[in-house]
Amino acid sequence: MLFYIFAALAIVSGAYMVLTRNLLYAGFSLLITLLSIAGIYVLLFADFIAVTQLMVYVGGVLVLILFGIMLSSRVHDKSVLSENVNTVWGTLVAGLILVGLSYNILKANISSLPWLQMTVVDVLGDQKSTVQMIGIKLMTDFVLPFEIASLLLLIALMGAAYIATNKQKV
Amino acid sequence: MEQIPLEHILLLSAVLFSLGILAVITKRHAVVVLMGIELIFNAANLNLVAFSRHDPTLMQGQLFSLFVIVVAAAEAAVALAIVLRVYQHFRTANLNEIATIEN
Repeated sequence: MLFYIFAALAIVSGAYMVLTRNLLYAGFSLLITLLSIAGIYVLLFADFIAVTQLMVYVGGVLVLILFGIMLSSRVHDKSVLSENVNTVWGTLVAGLILVGLSYNILKANISSLPWLQMTVVDVLGDQKSTVQMIGIKLMTDFVLPFEIASLLLLIALMGAAYIATNKQKV
Repeated sequence: MEQIPLEHILLLSAVLFSLGILAVITKRHAVVVLMGIELIFNAANLNLVAFSRHDPTLMQGQLFSLFVIVVAAAEAAVALAIVLRVYQHFRTANLNEIATIEN
């Protein structure tokens, strides 16, 4: 089944991102993880979120991260490798979080929640995609968070450009 | 089409979340720590979208995850700008070597 292929791909490349010491390998395995999560979004009937994931994460954030790697390390010396610290404690904490979350998820019996059983799952209504619904929601119920998000993006753009400017040369 | 069980999606999200935590704790290069944070964001988004499948008329989960993606993009831009400035100042991006506030 397609979901398990995507899930295995996401987990394997995420684990490789953590295990490898080379920064560029970590960046490209994060790319594979983000792509498989976009595929899982498509399988969950969230086509607009999947395209947004592709455009924002794969096309934007990952390119930013790769530029960050190239600009913040000299490729010829060892700084393209990142050292690991706190390996034992980190593995312990992450493993405990994983065990606790999995225990709670398996114990909670989520599928028998009443509001999950009431809903019809794989019917999107008359339209085949969620784009129209999301557009209507963004302009009616969620218009205030939408405007605040635009303001936040403007502030982040100006702030990032101001911070990254080299003041000595200008 | 066969239904994907909700527990499996939540378990995948839990695995990705703990991998992100592991990256944040064990890595000492600032950019890799940012990658771990992005992985944590994606794990949270996966949960939101998974539950939004059961909410086809309101779709609050998908809209919430849309705003999470927006905030994550803004965070990544500002954080990478800060990393670049720190690298220009200290000539390193190792978080253990820049643990000082004075210049």
